[in-house]
Amino acid sequence: MPERIRRILLTAVVALGALVMFFPFAWTVSTSLSPGVGLDATPQLIPDDPTLAAYRELFANTPFARVIANSLGLAITTTALQLTTSSLAGYAFSRLAFPGRGLVFGLYLATMMIPIQVLIVPLFVQMRSLGLVDTYLGVLLPGVASAFGVFLLRQAMNSVPRELDEAATIDGAGHFRIFARLVLPLVGPALASLAVFAFMSSWNGFLWPLIILRSEHLQTLPLALAGLQGQYTTQWDVMMAGSVVSVLPMLALYLFAQKYVIQGVAGTGLK
Amino acid sequence: MTAPSAVGISRTTRPLAPPRRTRRGSRLRYTLTVLAFLLPSALPLLAFTIYPMIGAFWTSLHSWNLIGVMEWVGLENYTTLLTDDATRRVFANTLYYVVGYLPLVYIGGLALALALNSLIPARNLLRGIYFLPVVTSWIVVALVWRWLLNPSVGVVNAMLGGLGIDGPGWWTDPYWAMPSIILASAWKDLGFVMIILLAGLQAIPTDVQEAAMIDGAGRFRRLLNITLPLLSPSTFFVVVISLINGFQVFDQVYAMTGGGPAGSSTVVVQQIYDLTFRYSSAGEASALSWLLFLLVLAVTVIQLIGQRRWVTYA
Repeated sequence: MPERIRRILLTAVVALGALVMFFPFAWTVSTSLSPGVGLDATPQLIPDDPTLAAYRELFANTPFARVIANSLGLAITTTALQLTTSSLAGYAFSRLAFPGRGLVFGLYLATMMIPIQVLIVPLFVQMRSLGLVDTYLGVLLPGVASAFGVFLLRQAMNSVPRELDEAATIDGAGHFRIFARLVLPLVGPALASLAVFAFMSSWNGFLWPLIILRSEHLQTLPLALAGLQGQYTTQWDVMMAGSVVSVLPMLALYLFAQKYVIQGVAGTGLK
Repeated sequence: MTAPSAVGISRTTRPLAPPRRTRRGSRLRYTLTVLAFLLPSALPLLAFTIYPMIGAFWTSLHSWNLIGVMEWVGLENYTTLLTDDATRRVFANTLYYVVGYLPLVYIGGLALALALNSLIPARNLLRGIYFLPVVTSWIVVALVWRWLLNPSVGVVNAMLGGLGIDGPGWWTDPYWAMPSIILASAWKDLGFVMIILLAGLQAIPTDVQEAAMIDGAGRFRRLLNITLPLLSPSTFFVVVISLINGFQVFDQVYAMTGGGPAGSSTVVVQQIYDLTFRYSSAGEASALSWLLFLLVLAVTVIQLIGQRRWVTYA
């Protein structure tokens, strides 16, 4: 039956493609376990005698443990802040009437068009005059609010039936109670999507930390990884060990919340 | 700011209206409530997006080394940039990146989305694997691809060698630096495009496809005349987002080639960074930022206008 053969062929091609897509990850892990490779020969995919020497080198001779703590702290704080500010504003745009609401919402959306790259010079100058260069706060501040997050949560809150609020209002609940007790618990999936995106953009962020951070002990993972290239020019095992270490937490989060990440991405495309 | 008129608002959106009591106290309380919900996001956006955006324009009209006194030069930074060969080259390199990257990632993403939209086994697992690079940081991806594409001991050239092909110098070669960056970028973003298009495909009603099948339309004709037109809103979204991100490409360039060799892969944002922190020309850097922003804005607006010709909303 040609239809069945077609399907088998299709599956084979897609699975082969997935192998090709996955190969760089496998190769990274394999290299990180093959000490001393990369100087004169291409290593094997399955190392003869795998060791964790590269990981020991990484944690002994670079401040990687501190760097992981920095990245984790910044990502968690950014995520918490963005969830708070975005859900509050989402509620305002979904449930509160005030003059100029449409205009203000339009301005929020317009800021999504402005990339950080355009802002680096004045933002750097601003942070310098606030005395925040080379501080955690300086890294955090531009990421406190996210127009994308506001948009995402406003859309989600708009799909919560308003009859529920009315019932709560009759029972004497104010806006803060309706927000915290009624609306917020019903937009869980949108909050999860935003949490993953916020965490991801902080964890992977490069340009802004590169500009604002100077001290080695404040560095984030992407900065430290970029720095490894200078320190270990040909020691690919150590560089790949650093890559594995910095991907793992994000990978864990992704596997845990895959559904919400994919829903979040798919949802933005449909709107 | 004047407090909202309770009557005027309650007419349009009844359930949202502030309390009807017109006592001054409750109206003030309502205003404070609105502000409490809005200000935590409005203030940071004002302070760290809108204000610096205006600041960048102000800086672009001055000559400034980031430390000394700002000197008014009017539009001189813009005229300098527009007549400079370096500017032409960084825009050309950025355009090269966009033109190479977009078709690769779109056609690849579409093929994958079509394949994964049909009933094949382990769809979710496959989808998860293709999406994996999207959540990985650019610096890791760049580092890993530098290793894969290492000219002497990299695995890609080892495989090409096995086929009897003498692999190129990749990121160490001025001709191959940009293709290396494009290849790594396409690998990273393929899953993102796939998911957007997959969501678009799943929103197409099946009865349209069935009707065409009954009318005797072949697989290829159905793809060309039904699927692609109905998928055009998602395609539009992918193109808009990819172009916005593409013109702002930086992380992977910085980490893979640093703009080299010999400036062969220097892109606009890299140049903004270098002008600011290597040459201390904050004025020129800000002017270049604004030129980039205007370019992205123009490209986006053109697409928004052009979409009427080819985007079909069902």
